Amino acid sequence: MTEIMKVLFPGAHTTIQDEGRRGYQAYGVPVSGSLDLFAHRIANELVGNGPHEASLEITVLGPKLEILRDCQIALTGGDLRAFIGSSPLPMWRTVPVAKGSVISFKGVRSGCRAYLAIAGGFDVPEIMGSRSTYSRGGIGGKEGRPLKAGDILRKGPGDVSGGERSLPDAFIPEYPRELNCRIIPGPQAHYFENLHVFYENPYEITAKADRMGFRLKGPTLTLRAEAPESIISEAIVPGAIQVPAEGQPIVLMVEQTVGGYAKIGVVSTPDRWRLAQLRPGDKVRFEPVDIETAQSLYKAAMDRLDEIHRILNTLTAVKGGKT
Amino acid sequence: MSQASPRPTPASPWFHPLGDCGLLVTLWDAIDENGFQAVRKCHYALTHPAIEGVQEIIPGYVTLTLLYDPIRLAYAQLVDGVKERLSQVERATLPPPQVITIPVAYGGEFGPDLEFVAAHNHLSPEEVVTIHASGHYPVYMLGFTPGFPYLGGLSEKIWTPRLKSPRTRVPAGSVGIANNQTGIYPVDSPGGWQIIGRTPLTLFNPLSDQPFLIQPGQCVSFEPITPDAFYRLKGEET
Repeated sequence: MTEIMKVLFPGAHTTIQDEGRRGYQAYGVPVSGSLDLFAHRIANELVGNGPHEASLEITVLGPKLEILRDCQIALTGGDLRAFIGSSPLPMWRTVPVAKGSVISFKGVRSGCRAYLAIAGGFDVPEIMGSRSTYSRGGIGGKEGRPLKAGDILRKGPGDVSGGERSLPDAFIPEYPRELNCRIIPGPQAHYFENLHVFYENPYEITAKADRMGFRLKGPTLTLRAEAPESIISEAIVPGAIQVPAEGQPIVLMVEQTVGGYAKIGVVSTPDRWRLAQLRPGDKVRFEPVDIETAQSLYKAAMDRLDEIHRILNTLTAVKGGKT
Repeated sequence: MSQASPRPTPASPWFHPLGDCGLLVTLWDAIDENGFQAVRKCHYALTHPAIEGVQEIIPGYVTLTLLYDPIRLAYAQLVDGVKERLSQVERATLPPPQVITIPVAYGGEFGPDLEFVAAHNHLSPEEVVTIHASGHYPVYMLGFTPGFPYLGGLSEKIWTPRLKSPRTRVPAGSVGIANNQTGIYPVDSPGGWQIIGRTPLTLFNPLSDQPFLIQPGQCVSFEPITPDAFYRLKGEET
């Protein structure tokens, strides 16, 4: 397909991700996919892509990308101060970009991860049903790894029909530096003797936070004397909060399938997307909710995505831009 | 440390939500043959036929984790469905697990730790090979890396602790021992297991329609082969 982008500088950790590789966790292949699925999905919507196309997940320090052909892009998620040439690149809307332009990033204003979609989608092979990069397993995305300088990316066919789109302000998320996260108590929550400490105190995101998991720092959690230090290994899911013997929690993200430590809780899906926008030093508070509440939160988040899909496809055909 | 109920069994499992899209079903409480059979039987019962709205079922040593779409299926509804499926399970019988035979070149360049495992257990290297290759190993689950089998059933005569310092690269196909476990590395990866041999077979091929050689619920046996046979089979594989 069409060569569309050349990577001049790869950034800290830029990968091709879609909604994930499903159906293989029983074989030890994690789901991978965009950590902030909301921002990823909206980026695709803004350039008229179907939900299965991939976007670039850009982490903190963004890449420098040369555009090789006129095309339409959209940038969503954390504000990493993107520029097109010397002008700020507007976010949360379709942006036409001309051949020869260079997209660059100058640092973090809010959030942690930005998503860049292109009309037609990034053309990389589907591996086991997904284009998502799983770096530790060496599969998906661009040759199973993060982008590096010199990479040429291609796009599939397709342009935005009906003109440019922008997400109404009311739907644009804020990325606060202290987040309240709803969790469903885990199967081993009753192993802990100071659960109230976990719920009553903020935990800080440490520098050890990546697509596999976020290590947190805060008041130490202690197991009851009669609880085992580790459990018989069992499947884990994205958002599971494991607590190793030293008592500091780890929120697992999308690159692990099995765990052997007690799970104090599991972050609700829409709050896990928000959690993905926290940086080291930011804080998170955990609030327990029951499964019925968690499932209505999940449904509300999905309804919101459907509503945005309808709005973008029927009402708005915004012309021009602030560039 | 149990929940309200006594120990879990296939007919009266423990249920617990695992987030908003997961259900953890605990069927047993020890890593043993009964647990292996309980997981196999219940996995079969929950997949024949599939439950509408359930997207994936992940076996563990003593658990099944169901991933499902909460928009199509609420938690309570799923638990009721699973209970009903499992109520008859103890009377059900399954054919014995399929046995996957893995050819292994033991020792030498393929198994740099065979001598250590032998010395640690006061055996000759040949005796270690005989013991390892005469076992039948249930595949409890896969994980750690894609296609890595967690195998049970290792003879106590050759239990050996992990390396003091892990290797930075263990070649794909390496067969190792760590305490009471044995396993096979599907892809090149760092690792601390005692490596006693290597198979020429590919355990994980992401480009194949059938990416995995080994499935949870099967049994593995090992068959010693010569270095010549290793290279011949390796040639046929690639």
